[in-house]
Amino acid sequence: MNTQTMTDDTVQTTEMRQKLRSIAGVLLMSLGPVLMAFILSGVILLILKVNPFSYYGYVFGRGLLSPTGVQATLTRMGPLLLIAASLIVAFRAGIWNLGGDAQFLVGAVFCAAATPLMAPHVPVWLGLLAGAAISAIFGGLWALLPAFLRAYQGLNEIITTLMMNFLGISLASVLVKLVFLDPSTTVPQTRTLAVEDRLPTLFGTTISSGLIIGLVAILAVHFVMTRTAFGLRLRVVGGNASAAVHAGLAVPLLTVMVFAISGGLAGLSGGVAILGQYGNVRADWNPAYSLSIVPLVFLARFNGFAAIGFVGLFSILSIGAESAARRTGVPNYFTLVTIGILLVMLAVSEYYSAKRQKAGA
Amino acid sequence: MLDAHPRATDIPSGTEAPPIVTFEGVTKRYPGIIANDSIDMEFRAGEVHVLLGENGAGKSTLVSMLSGLQQPDDGRILIDGVEKPIGSPGEALEIGISTVFQHSMLVPSLTLVENATLGRKWWQKPDREGTAQVMNAAAERIGVRLDPMALTGDLSLGERQQAEITRALMRGARFLILDEATAMLTPDDAARLGELMRRLAAEGMAVVFITHKLNEAVAYGDRVSVLRLGKKVGGLSPEELKSLDPQEATNAVVQLMFGTREASTGERDRPDATTVDRSAKPTLELLALYAKSGRVPLENIEFKVWPGEILGIAGIDGNGQKQLASTIAGQAPVSDGRIILDGAYIDKMTIGQRREKGLRYVTDDRLGEGTVGTFPMSINLLLKEIGQTPYWRGGIEQPEAIRENARQKVKEFDIRTPSIDTPVGKLSGGNIQKVLLARELAGAARVVIFEKPTYGLDLANIAATKMRIREAAQSGAAVILISTELDELLELSHRIAVMDQGRVAGIVENEDGARHKIGALMSGAEK
Ligand SMILES: Nc1ncnc2c1ncn2[C@@H]1O[C@H](COP(=O)(O)OP(=O)(O)O)[C@@H](O)[C@H]1O
Ligand SMILES: [Mg+2]
Repeated sequence: MNTQTMTDDTVQTTEMRQKLRSIAGVLLMSLGPVLMAFILSGVILLILKVNPFSYYGYVFGRGLLSPTGVQATLTRMGPLLLIAASLIVAFRAGIWNLGGDAQFLVGAVFCAAATPLMAPHVPVWLGLLAGAAISAIFGGLWALLPAFLRAYQGLNEIITTLMMNFLGISLASVLVKLVFLDPSTTVPQTRTLAVEDRLPTLFGTTISSGLIIGLVAILAVHFVMTRTAFGLRLRVVGGNASAAVHAGLAVPLLTVMVFAISGGLAGLSGGVAILGQYGNVRADWNPAYSLSIVPLVFLARFNGFAAIGFVGLFSILSIGAESAARRTGVPNYFTLVTIGILLVMLAVSEYYSAKRQKAGA
Repeated sequence: MLDAHPRATDIPSGTEAPPIVTFEGVTKRYPGIIANDSIDMEFRAGEVHVLLGENGAGKSTLVSMLSGLQQPDDGRILIDGVEKPIGSPGEALEIGISTVFQHSMLVPSLTLVENATLGRKWWQKPDREGTAQVMNAAAERIGVRLDPMALTGDLSLGERQQAEITRALMRGARFLILDEATAMLTPDDAARLGELMRRLAAEGMAVVFITHKLNEAVAYGDRVSVLRLGKKVGGLSPEELKSLDPQEATNAVVQLMFGTREASTGERDRPDATTVDRSAKPTLELLALYAKSGRVPLENIEFKVWPGEILGIAGIDGNGQKQLASTIAGQAPVSDGRIILDGAYIDKMTIGQRREKGLRYVTDDRLGEGTVGTFPMSINLLLKEIGQTPYWRGGIEQPEAIRENARQKVKEFDIRTPSIDTPVGKLSGGNIQKVLLARELAGAARVVIFEKPTYGLDLANIAATKMRIREAAQSGAAVILISTELDELLELSHRIAVMDQGRVAGIVENEDGARHKIGALMSGAEK
């Protein structure tokens, strides 16, 4: 044994073994915290005098096992996957875009305002395409101010994107109440997109084809980030910004592009939610998907495939929790408690894996 | 480089003292490599214990187990004669073991004082004033001038390391680890640190000193241990060291480190000045160059470098050398003046365009800006060619081409790595440098800037790097060699420019008496 390069043969077998071991490690590191989170949430339910088995029975019975529930779960996954894609682009590039909620809402509001007006005059596909484009463009635009502040002034984007959240959420609500109001209803909401003008459903079910858009988006993002020159440039900026400068990368330009793409995907997520599910935006509507997806993306270690799994799980939980809430009285944001515990468990497992690595395992 | 300093034989060293730390059969494995193989070693109070060995020999690994950063896979560690693991850096500090690392561990966004107060408990108020005073006093003791209120990120690598040594001393350790701490210091400061080590040892402190400079080892060490490929291959006891004169001791150490090779590799032959045709057009020309944005502003820099010529840049660290390199490379803006490469103005070009014109920059900040430490070595080799064929086609990565390139470079540049997928940050300093050399010297280079290219390297890697520098010039490139090692400059350069406070104090032909003239320019005598 020495420090020389090993022969090709041993390199390959050790590589194989290392790969297998690292896959097993990743599975353990990802699923271990999930299990622990369920157990600890169960303990909290017990303290609240709710039977955790019946609670989770309702959750999974509705979110995963009932036909209508599963369709709702899969439909909700569409926008959530787009959010995850938006976050993966940014996080891999070392940019902490936490403004996804506003980017989502601003995209959704402009899409909901414009599409019902266009729909009667253009073919359905064109209306949908235009609606989706509008949502992506406005989502991207909403990310530009933090982008420029970060790229050219070095301002911390965590603070600016969170501030843009407050502004964006208020703006969306003001726009719905004052500007894009549907004159034909008394409730403050935008005009509603007719059901036949919405995204088609899949194979005679109620699953929105937004799911396909979400899957394509996250797989495309995964491919771009891991296999292309553009993705590598972004990862260099994220991995070591000084090295990016040294290597001659246009760091400010790349930074702005990351914000635009990330914001665009978040906006598109809003568009897909409108075009596929809701058809309109009501005043004060804010599902706050983005901040719920942030921990999941970390849990998936910015890996697109893993993110699909976690988003699926979250979708089941959130759909199931709505029904379990009616039956057990546990508010449906209990899902967030589970996710919160999951995050803590993630941190704990991260700590132990770092320790194990240090010990040279 | 082997002319040893006078030895501090007048200070008695306490070989009678019991060992503070004892290693018994300590082994440390990394994937694919045994970094430390069954090491037996003692570290005694009152002794400067020098660890020698080539890059990758396992010296840093050994001290990382002393400082609690790594745990041995096998073997025992005794503290004051009692078996006790050093479980974490915190435990090491409690035992009194303080470390100064090869790469700076200071937080760049904090001032030096703030860095020094970091170790306190969270409820204690950081006493900046008091700490600053203590820091100044400690700095004075080791002959370091520093501004405690300076932002760490604004300091050069050298200054950061000096601050780090100061901080370790402030903690009042009884066991000080210096991992290549002198590599960055000017010869004077290094000598001062050496004298300080002697004083600390005399006061009963144990010092572990890793260096690549054999003269330092012989001059300041009480005991020498030599590592090769993870094994302890021998050493010199205090008695042996005392009985040998410096030259004999150096030879003995070289024998241990490299088997048969002689210490006289440092024998210098000046480059042949007739190979440079000064009537031809210069490859690189700097015209009244000003760059105001850096910490040391550049003022009115003017020089030419001809094809095949090596222009040395001498000067004490932190006199604008880094600014000069990064301004030519395009990383820092030019405020006034021009840069001409092969007859074309390049001062308005981007970094990438300058590279395309054949400008190459081997930075000394190998992990800070030269590489992305978490990325595989194979990708780091192509960091400046992202998107180019044949490694990417239509923007899509071509894994086989990338791997093939890496395999070729591993062979060509003798890069020692467990695999081409190993994150570059896990390689030893010498191998990271080889990755940088392999990357920068690929393709048609017209101008190559080497910034402290041998810093922190062992003799074998220094020789390999010097060969690359000569080859670059012989292939017709204009070479700028920035170094704080005067001997290295005298050995390699055709001419030597001396930098002082952001200006070129003078340019000296490398002929007899050059050393004297450079010395005079450095000390500001010839202004
Ligand atoms: N954290 C690590 N993971 C894997 N390999 C490592 C790690 N640290 C060091 N090594 C390897 O162990 C060997 C010894 O390295 P090191 O102790 O840094 O050498 P030295 O300090 O003598 O130059 C090298 O081959 C290096 O690549
Ligand atoms: Mg080392």
